[in-house]
Amino acid sequence: MNIIEASALGKRYGSTWALRECTLAIPEGRVAALVGPNGAGKTTLLNLAVGLTDPTAGSVAVLGGTRPGSPAALDGIAFVAQDVPLYKNLSVADMLHLTRNLNRHFDQGYAEARLGELGIPLKRKAGKLSGGQQAQVALSLALARRPRLLVLDEPMAMLDPLARHDFMAKVMTAMVDDGVSVVLSSHVLAELERVADYLILLSGGSVQMAGEVDDLLACHRVLTGPAAEADRCTERLGVVHAWRAEAQVHLLIRTNGSADPVPPGWEEHPVSLEELTLAYLREPWAAALPGPARRRDTEVSEVTK
Amino acid sequence: MTTLTVHVRPEEDASRRLVPWRRMAWVTWRQHRFALAGVAVALGALAVYVWIVGLQLHHAYAAATTCNPASSACADLITHFNFMNHVLQGGYALQPVPALIGAFIGAPAVARELETGTFRYAWTQGFGRWRWTLAKLVMLAVVVTAAAGVISVLLSWYYQPYLGTGNQSLSLSEASPFSPALFDLRVVAFAASTLVAFAIGALAGLLIRRVVPAIVATLAVYTGLALVTANVLRQHYLTPLLTTKVNVPGSAWIYRQWWTKGGQFAFSGWRDAPPDLVQRCAAIPVGPLGKPSQATLGQCFAQHGYTQLTSYQPASRFWAFQWIEGGWLLALSLLLIAVTVWVVRRRAV
Repeated sequence: MNIIEASALGKRYGSTWALRECTLAIPEGRVAALVGPNGAGKTTLLNLAVGLTDPTAGSVAVLGGTRPGSPAALDGIAFVAQDVPLYKNLSVADMLHLTRNLNRHFDQGYAEARLGELGIPLKRKAGKLSGGQQAQVALSLALARRPRLLVLDEPMAMLDPLARHDFMAKVMTAMVDDGVSVVLSSHVLAELERVADYLILLSGGSVQMAGEVDDLLACHRVLTGPAAEADRCTERLGVVHAWRAEAQVHLLIRTNGSADPVPPGWEEHPVSLEELTLAYLREPWAAALPGPARRRDTEVSEVTK
Repeated sequence: MTTLTVHVRPEEDASRRLVPWRRMAWVTWRQHRFALAGVAVALGALAVYVWIVGLQLHHAYAAATTCNPASSACADLITHFNFMNHVLQGGYALQPVPALIGAFIGAPAVARELETGTFRYAWTQGFGRWRWTLAKLVMLAVVVTAAAGVISVLLSWYYQPYLGTGNQSLSLSEASPFSPALFDLRVVAFAASTLVAFAIGALAGLLIRRVVPAIVATLAVYTGLALVTANVLRQHYLTPLLTTKVNVPGSAWIYRQWWTKGGQFAFSGWRDAPPDLVQRCAAIPVGPLGKPSQATLGQCFAQHGYTQLTSYQPASRFWAFQWIEGGWLLALSLLLIAVTVWVVRRRAV
């Protein structure tokens, strides 16, 4: 089942397309990371998925074919928006009570236990908590709803490195313990490397790259060799991006699974997720969808039946 | 690339999945208790003030109507009543009350969520965005309308002495129940005005998305609506009555008076009377001010074949007018709330 499916999805604000021709399918049971430069359409895509806005073009479905914003979708999806909107004048206990009243399922014991572990006092006003604590409260509220899908928009923006680590640890625990699917957008590439197993790279409002992290890493390589020979290699190989460093050049190449022999005098390394993402971010026109995109299309046609 | 068709499953057993409406009661109370408490304190203070000065007014009225008209003490009592409490007299000071309640409860209801970004929390919970909006607006609307209704009963009691039909003959201040500022303060119209101000506030807040500008817009729009209602619309609720009686009671709402002769329009007011007629009638006995009173002048005009016509609304139509005004304001309020909910549902914001 696909937790989010979008088909030619587009959203226009005034005359600007925030998201355009976005087609993707995020499988269930993943931690899917949505990355991209500012204004790439990450928040727009997430808002469409949680039903906060309606598409201008195309369509989007969640939880295996449910319309976003429908009662079933609202019931199964918990969303933590950017900048963690909590009612600043309500206490943490009131926020728990509020969320319990607004949802069919709410695990009060779980939420209280989590906040207790984190040392967040229930009587404190939400506005008086630190940014990290507010993010943890919002995450606790979201997880206590026992959602099937947890959507986090820039959850780590307000957090220091230690709080980021703790936050993602909690997300991962929930994912493993409760089988929650997670879709999160983030700028913090280093943090994603440890947690994400599905990656969607948005650029200029459309999908530039999407796929399982392992597949994406498996079909890309970094070649290091003499700068003088770079152009010759570029012609022969699918080079996504080249980093030049004095006499040496590093080429990120797409192998598409075929084991091309390494040219003499060159060295081959596996690529890290951060390197891969940065290379694609620097090359917004780099051929959009690598190998896994084709496989995704076959999945999609199964859905269509 | 193959086109992906996303199958949207019909929402099966959707009704069973809904969070019960009553859950919003606690939510609404928790989020608006300070605003509601503020309105309760303000209205409570107003009620205590009206009650205290109202008792004084009623005592003064009772004293002025029961004294011996010939005594000089009685003249003092009448003057005392006529010059009591300039703040509340005429009802103008209380005109902004519905607008203020509406602006301070209605405008922030949705605008605060949009301004602080908390709508992204509230509208993604299981309760659902349009149900959240509808439940919250209906609950707040009922509370503010009921509070306004209670206050308006007290205000009706306060202004009762001014509406006594025999006041004029005793030289006491007398007001028509239709006088624009008093009509607004009585039961049905006052509650309905408060409700419509609230509904204007809710929609303005949704469209403007900022609390303070929404409050300002609400006050402006409500003021415009109240002025148009009082000055343009209200006189058309019912067809006025026409009478040839010279003495139309002071409690009536007089639209227009004019004179006819032989079924033809002659002139409109006393000042427009033909000079020869005035001259002929000037000889008749004069009143205490050295001029003929309007009544004697009118009799003289009548003797010369002129008939005075008056179009007016009798005081007995007061409640009909209240219900007509209350009815269309209620309908307008429901429409505004429905539009607000519809805009939220359409995700047009």
